Amino acid sequence: MSTESKTIFSPALAARFDRLVTLYPLRRSALIPMLLYAQDEVGYLSDAVIGEIAARIEITELEVRNVISYYSLLHTKPGGKYHVQVCTNISCMLRGGNELLAHCKQRLGIGNKETTADKVFSLEEVECIGACSWAPAVQVNYDFHENLTPELMDRVLEDYRAKS
Amino acid sequence: MATLVSHPDEVKLLSSRFGKGATSIDKYIELDGYTAVRKAIELGPEGIIAEMKASNLRGRGGAGFPTGMKWSFVPKQSAKPKYVLVNGDESEPGTCKDRLIFEHDPHSVIEGVIIAGLAIGSRMGFIYLRGEYRYLLTIMEKAIEDAYAKGFLGKGIFGSNIDFDIISHTGAGAYEVGEESALMESLEGKRGIPRIRPPFPAVVGLYGGPTIINNAETLATVPHIFRIGAAEYAKIGTERNGGTRLFALSGDVAKPGVYELPMGYNLKKMIYEVGGGIPNGRSLKAVVPGGASCPALLPTEIDIGMDFDQVAKAGSMLGSGGVVVVDDTVCMVEFALRTMKFYAHESCGWCIPCREGTDWLKKTLTRFHAGAGVAKDIDNIRYLAQNMLGRTFCPLGDAAAMPTIAFVDKFRKEFEDHLDGKPCPYAHQPEAALAGV
Repeated sequence: MSTESKTIFSPALAARFDRLVTLYPLRRSALIPMLLYAQDEVGYLSDAVIGEIAARIEITELEVRNVISYYSLLHTKPGGKYHVQVCTNISCMLRGGNELLAHCKQRLGIGNKETTADKVFSLEEVECIGACSWAPAVQVNYDFHENLTPELMDRVLEDYRAKS
Repeated sequence: MATLVSHPDEVKLLSSRFGKGATSIDKYIELDGYTAVRKAIELGPEGIIAEMKASNLRGRGGAGFPTGMKWSFVPKQSAKPKYVLVNGDESEPGTCKDRLIFEHDPHSVIEGVIIAGLAIGSRMGFIYLRGEYRYLLTIMEKAIEDAYAKGFLGKGIFGSNIDFDIISHTGAGAYEVGEESALMESLEGKRGIPRIRPPFPAVVGLYGGPTIINNAETLATVPHIFRIGAAEYAKIGTERNGGTRLFALSGDVAKPGVYELPMGYNLKKMIYEVGGGIPNGRSLKAVVPGGASCPALLPTEIDIGMDFDQVAKAGSMLGSGGVVVVDDTVCMVEFALRTMKFYAHESCGWCIPCREGTDWLKKTLTRFHAGAGVAKDIDNIRYLAQNMLGRTFCPLGDAAAMPTIAFVDKFRKEFEDHLDGKPCPYAHQPEAALAGV
């Protein structure tokens, strides 16, 4: 599939995908990066996204879904515009990660893996994100927020709310 | 992004360019960058491997395998192309060191990959970053692009007749992919299920070709070895444990951060002097010396040198260098539960002892910590963990079992204090938060 063909992606992303599948010794190696980049643009891995990626990689949709279900960053349902990922693994737990998660639930009025009614925020308790020495830490989409307290977390959430 | 720290005991090799703008290729060159690879081109494959062996560098991912020896296992002749694969899937709880390397010194990784490629006769390297590290992928992509523009990558690198390409690659969230064979599966666009070995990756690896897989810190160290000389490098550490290591201090410690210290640095000193001790007037209860998979040490067990051999002698592992400090307010049953929750979440489910073992241990520990434990649970937890040891396809099962056995053996009284319907007697956190309602 080339950029001239019908694509659900932006021209820039479609062009990137055209190149990506030729980069590796094996076409399929491009699959996981493509899924993540497609999700970044579309918001989640919809049936249409899965269909087009399967065609581009030249594997079945079932094989694509089989891979998606393994990776924790890949989602087949839409979340919030800002996905708040709170780490509660050991280093964060020792410095208040659980309290931070409880605080986010209360502030956003949603539970783990839920999305606010206005679709601005979704919340997820996650495993170690590699911010142990700057715990407790949260990732909102790909941005790290570290050395947090409930008060600092409120400010982080307010900033994203203002941007939404 | 991540804050940098400093201590006078540090020996800065890997971290020598941190905070100095070395993401710019010109700055990197100004700070002695890309000199090591020129020396390596002159030395040739055998000379490179001899230097690597003399450096006593051991793998920084966790297993501590001698790097030079690993490279020497790659056959000289191969019908299939050979590859170098950088493991930047840093996901071991307590570990956040590779992040700083990619953020501050991406060219050191590129230089290390080229040298590894020269050593084994490879023409292509891959830098695999965990999906969460997106901002680092952007930094890495730019660094690779700049290296191509200078003629350090591509056709005839550094004016030689050698071609070398590097591709940066993102994962999408999976601890298991940090295991070398699962990493190759993931790079081939599949679920990260480990492969049976032998054959080892050095013989049959990525795309079926001979492959060397090294941790990002290991490869970022390589240029420094050629810059200062293997003998000088080896002298910094202890016997059979050359050089320095990035130790990530976290948890209940006054000055958490990533510190570069010589191999063999005293753990007690690391916590009390480098890390500034235990804050809030509390005292030490336990230390996890090398990431979540390493058995916890008691305060009486930490007067040891932090190298692979001395920590092994103390009954634990140096692992990935993530030192997690635990104070006396923490419930070790809760700590054991949180650790197991992680392994149960990350088990790929391929082999039964790991898939079932981690899940049953998580369920038992959850019930036990909530106050519904019975006396025989304690031995049962240990028995379950013991039966996972050495019976799984890859080391994830061992990584879940080893710390669990140590928690039961070293903190048995805390387990006993949870018996007979008592809610957690050490609780300082709401149970509701832990259960993830």
